[in-house]
Amino acid sequence: MRNLIKRLHWIDYLILFVLVAATAAIVVRVGGVLNYDWRWEKIPNYIFRYKESEERWVANLLVQGLVATVRISIYASILALILGVILGVARCSANLTIRMLARTYLEFLRNVPPVVVIFIFFFFLSEQLIVALNMESWARSIARQENNAIWTFLFGDMRRFPALISGVIVLALFESAFVGEIVRAGIQSIDRGQREAARSIGMSWFQEMRFIVLPQALRKVLPPLANQFISLVKDSSLVSLISVPDLTFKTVELVASTRLIFEGWLTAAAFYFVICFGLSLLFRRLENK
Amino acid sequence: MNSGEMISVSNVDKFYGSFQALTDINLTVEKGERVVICGPSGSGKSTLIRCFNGLEFHDSGSITVDGIEVEEGSKALKTLRQEVGMVFQQFNLFPHLTILENLTIGPIRVQKIQKAEAEERARKYLERVHIPEQADKFPAQLSGGQQQRVAIARSLCMETRIMLFDEPTSALDPEMINEVLDVMVELADTGITMVCVTHEMGFARKVADKMVFMEAGRILEISEPDKFFTNPDSPRCKLFLSQILEH
Repeated sequence: MRNLIKRLHWIDYLILFVLVAATAAIVVRVGGVLNYDWRWEKIPNYIFRYKESEERWVANLLVQGLVATVRISIYASILALILGVILGVARCSANLTIRMLARTYLEFLRNVPPVVVIFIFFFFLSEQLIVALNMESWARSIARQENNAIWTFLFGDMRRFPALISGVIVLALFESAFVGEIVRAGIQSIDRGQREAARSIGMSWFQEMRFIVLPQALRKVLPPLANQFISLVKDSSLVSLISVPDLTFKTVELVASTRLIFEGWLTAAAFYFVICFGLSLLFRRLENK
Repeated sequence: MNSGEMISVSNVDKFYGSFQALTDINLTVEKGERVVICGPSGSGKSTLIRCFNGLEFHDSGSITVDGIEVEEGSKALKTLRQEVGMVFQQFNLFPHLTILENLTIGPIRVQKIQKAEAEERARKYLERVHIPEQADKFPAQLSGGQQQRVAIARSLCMETRIMLFDEPTSALDPEMINEVLDVMVELADTGITMVCVTHEMGFARKVADKMVFMEAGRILEISEPDKFFTNPDSPRCKLFLSQILEH
């Protein structure tokens, strides 16, 4: 600490001073000019609340949203990884058509804003899929069953299953392009000799990928994949736009009904930050092992 | 085709774009024969043997290996590659697998034999290349010479009938060359068909039944080792030999 203070230059003090002053100005403006009435004491009630009829604590809006965000993130990551590996392999394919299709998909996602992509995926793909598979009535029938504890644990309230699943599909399709690029880089970093050796012991193209190339490629790109996973958690807030009840969606609800604008959003920000920063610390530690 | 022929190459040409890598190659390798191919670098030796197991494909002429026509996209390639083992200059061991797994992955995944049987086979071949104690290590933990011997064992594990060596000692430190060559000499004594691209003339003299000299994509000389080393027909070959044997 003493070393740190010694190393600070006058310019560092200036920067810190400006930051503190700006924060103070915002606080004063919010409290004074906007006449904002801080009501932080209301927030804990929206995290957990005491349900008197059952005499126990239950998750309220913010935690419900948080749990949904975590569920969506986990399922979407798994799906995005699968799709991304397929896409990455397709990008390295010897077949021009396959390569061009994968490239087109990637360029579409790279050059269209995420919100627009999410709406397009939602209306054109996942909604159609849900209708085509008759998922709505299937989910309702499970919701009516007695022993749906496992389903509820995995997917939350089954009546909201279609919304959750379309969020997962949309998010996974969106992220898979970027996962695909990472996988492609991994595959291309594998020495050509590895593939020749695999081929020369009689492996088929699929075996060569499955047993030789992908295990090595994925191990190499684990750090960027971990980063992409963190991005995915953040991007999951976009699915609130298609009415998936995630943390962002629930915060909108909270703010709309209670007008706890600053408190609500700051709390949501803190939740996201804790998840993402925690994940990044975790990945860093795993990487060092 | 004569039943004793393992590899038969006739009128083969190969191009990389406009560069002609192989020109009118004709060569036969008999069953059990040990052939050594030498020549200056860039003369097409590696390209030629890589055409034998379909790592590269020739553009015209025909190559038949163990009765199978080598052609791009052919369904028989997979069968062919199981008959033909290949040892690379850079070893190309699979770094994410242990030595034992490197040896067993082919038999288990390609030949679909039981794991226990594959491991037994792998240990037998590790014994043969004199490194049974390294079975559970990873390739990066082994010296270059040991890695190359593992690579030889990996090919043998497929119970191949033909072994191709693509400059197997060129990437090795000098003190490790002999341990690899010793294994290759022992292998030659088992009667397996061998085609070897190498600059190790001592080894060639010891095991070769037939010497092939290539330059600029052409075969300039095919002869018995005795004649090859003492009185080759081609003056270019004579010059090459004097250059590498002088030291």
